[in-house]
Amino acid sequence: MANIKSLNVNGKKISVDIDPQTSLLIVLRNDLNLTGTKYGCGEAQCGACTVLVDGQQTRSCITQVGKVADKQIITIEGLERDGQLHPLQESFLKADAMQCGYCTPGMIMSGVALLNKNRQPSRDDIVRHMNGNICRCGTYLRIIAAIQMASEHKGERND
Amino acid sequence: MTDTTEVERYELLEDATYDFGFDRRQFMKVFAGGLALIVPLSDLLAQDGQRQDESGRGFNRNLPQEIGAWIHIAEDGSINVYTGKVELGQNIRTSLTQAVAEELQVKPPMVRLIMADTDVTPFDAGTFGSRTTPSMAPQLRKAAAAARETLIGVAAQQWQVEPNAVRIVDAHFVNHDKTKSLSFADLAKGLKLVKTIPADLETTPTKEWTIAGTSLPKVDGREFVTGRHKYTSDLKREGMLFGKVVRPSSLNATLISSDPVQKNSAGTQMVKDGDFIGVAAGDQQSSVRVAGMISAQWKTADQPGNAELFNHLRKTAPSQGRGRPVGSIADGFAAADKQLQQTYTVAYIAHVPLEPRAAVAEWVDNKLTVWTGTQRPFGVRGELAEAFHIPEERVRVIVPDTGSGYGGKHTGECAIEAARLALATKKPVKVVWSREEEFTWAYFRPAGVIDVKSGVRNDGTITAWEFHNYNSGTSAIDGKYDIANQLVQFHQSQSPLRQGSYRGLAATANHFARETHLDELAVLLNLDPLQFRLHNLKDERLRAVLQAAATRFGWSWGNQKAVAGRGVGIACGFEKGGYVATCAEVSVGAGAKVKIERVVESFECGAVVNPRHLENQIEGAVVMGIGGALFEAIEFGNGTIINSRLSRYRVPRFSDMPNIEVVLVDRKDLPSAGAGETPIVGVAPAVGNAIFAATGKRLRSLPLAPKGLPL
Repeated sequence: MANIKSLNVNGKKISVDIDPQTSLLIVLRNDLNLTGTKYGCGEAQCGACTVLVDGQQTRSCITQVGKVADKQIITIEGLERDGQLHPLQESFLKADAMQCGYCTPGMIMSGVALLNKNRQPSRDDIVRHMNGNICRCGTYLRIIAAIQMASEHKGERND
Repeated sequence: MTDTTEVERYELLEDATYDFGFDRRQFMKVFAGGLALIVPLSDLLAQDGQRQDESGRGFNRNLPQEIGAWIHIAEDGSINVYTGKVELGQNIRTSLTQAVAEELQVKPPMVRLIMADTDVTPFDAGTFGSRTTPSMAPQLRKAAAAARETLIGVAAQQWQVEPNAVRIVDAHFVNHDKTKSLSFADLAKGLKLVKTIPADLETTPTKEWTIAGTSLPKVDGREFVTGRHKYTSDLKREGMLFGKVVRPSSLNATLISSDPVQKNSAGTQMVKDGDFIGVAAGDQQSSVRVAGMISAQWKTADQPGNAELFNHLRKTAPSQGRGRPVGSIADGFAAADKQLQQTYTVAYIAHVPLEPRAAVAEWVDNKLTVWTGTQRPFGVRGELAEAFHIPEERVRVIVPDTGSGYGGKHTGECAIEAARLALATKKPVKVVWSREEEFTWAYFRPAGVIDVKSGVRNDGTITAWEFHNYNSGTSAIDGKYDIANQLVQFHQSQSPLRQGSYRGLAATANHFARETHLDELAVLLNLDPLQFRLHNLKDERLRAVLQAAATRFGWSWGNQKAVAGRGVGIACGFEKGGYVATCAEVSVGAGAKVKIERVVESFECGAVVNPRHLENQIEGAVVMGIGGALFEAIEFGNGTIINSRLSRYRVPRFSDMPNIEVVLVDRKDLPSAGAGETPIVGVAPAVGNAIFAATGKRLRSLPLAPKGLPL
């Protein structure tokens, strides 16, 4: 299969030259130096590698880069705009919804995907949607609070 | 029973040869100019209230030989704190900043912590045992207070006024009517002053804290929510290769033979040294692919598995354990109206830090530098020096703020692997363990068997307590209950799996056995488990948390409306200076599925430094405790970890969350203790006791209900 020659990441078209079977996680971290997206398990069980692909939450560790070459990819580095944090990033800070912070980018990307499709998620909606993301430090209740807090910022952004 | 409780026997796996090498020369190199206040290592090690007379260590004396930490006010006015402690999510970067900012009377962003870099921070034994808050924080606070007083003295001298006429306002030193003002930079410029903290220095009394005691958010939180923070696994060095280790076919296997060392065309290099086989390649994919293609033969030996575990632990332990009796256990049983004997077990569990072990190593001019996520940077420096037969001065270990540890990152295997590959390839090498490697080649919380035999009078007084712990460890092996006759012993077994430290260590196992047994005794006597505990407990601090948790929970024995499949349980405990009580409510639903509905936990660790972060630690400990209580267990056999993946090893998730309510008991009159560990110990027994209340089934093995309630 021919190598992938370009990717759309965080609103920019980036030239690459990559085997299409390579995982998106490896490409983001090692080739594009976007290390905010984390490795946690390599089998889509922990959510640390979550990014948005055309607005949908996607586990980059099991996604071949060839499958997303013509799609819009957004990583944690792409949420901030003109120095303004995304409301969910802000609410993670307000709720102290982290300890070691390693799961945080994946949590935020999964949370943004949820808010994109459901502006006012209930607690059950949040638990259902976020259940594939692991926070080993155990800040789950704070993350729920952060998502609820961000959901009160209505209609400002769609990522 | 003092001699049963030794210092964290599993905390350090083996003795490291420490070089307390932060000498004067090294210090002066980093210091350059300005003002430095030094915390002697001996002060950090000295136990609270047992400080040595330091009359020989006044201002302007010689530097202590061994420096434990120091604060540097640089000539540009920047305030830098140097400590060997590691940030892994416990938020000590924030809490130590609070202590220093408080004494210097500046805003927290002015204070910068330089942590865990063996070339620029002084020796530290490691970040474990909940020691940062009780030992490092008060010493840094003193150093900051001494720095403040020194600079006040310098200002007073310049202005020809008494020191008590100088104050700090808005990060400036001002005179009585604010007509004169000097910044930290103004005062530190041209200064070259090094002082040791005086023994008699007063620090701000807890009741006057304005920065400590408040919920300062994580000081660098923005770095984490933007993904900008660089963990070890995110680092990149010029020309760096990716390393992958070829693992043995099973645990404790030795190498018989393997493919010969070869260099393939893509620049991938294979490295063989003793039983070590590794690969370094220009990209991660190639390193994994090539390592997977190397064939090797390993010699394996029969090893016990889960089925034989508890027999094995008993069989391989001495029948006579360690621990001196209190009173006469025979008299205690003779005085009892009823006796009870039960056995409790705990499984091996894994830490599962979300950032697996990682290291980046590079050799420059015969000096090795390794970035790695470890709780013991100086210990890992020793391991590296030993592995490569070089002096510790030629090894530098730097620990970027790390993706958690929970006691699981005390050792330096990954650092040694990266350094070995870097040595062979003459290039920087990064090794990041896969999740399966992390599950298999790290170490586990010890499994254990605990036999408890007790005697009680009908009035609820415990008269005899015999407690034998096989293998799980000594932390909190002695309870706080007032029992006249006790025999408490620890029996060391031969562990089939590599075992080591864990959050709270054996305190979870010992509290599980003790607090479950207490509940069984209460049932035997038909007494309220809360009142039964209070009847046997004089310790005021433990009584206070027990009552605080019970009140918030609405504990009311015998008056509850019985709801089918619902039950409540209570437990309490003490370890590492922290007092905890936990109330839990569980429901047992369809398919015997156990759900923890509600947890109320009260915690007291002296004066609270950061209420928000303390609550966060307590909630986190409760969540981690739920995993070990209900479903976490390592499955193993014949040298293989069977469930070495997150799809097979279940950790708590969003859907497992109960409502968690934290009740902080803030004792401003008492010194602050650490809080990262102890809040975990009450969860398992409270949940187990609640399951009994709900179903009448008494569960005595952790995890309690890995696949729903056992039939």
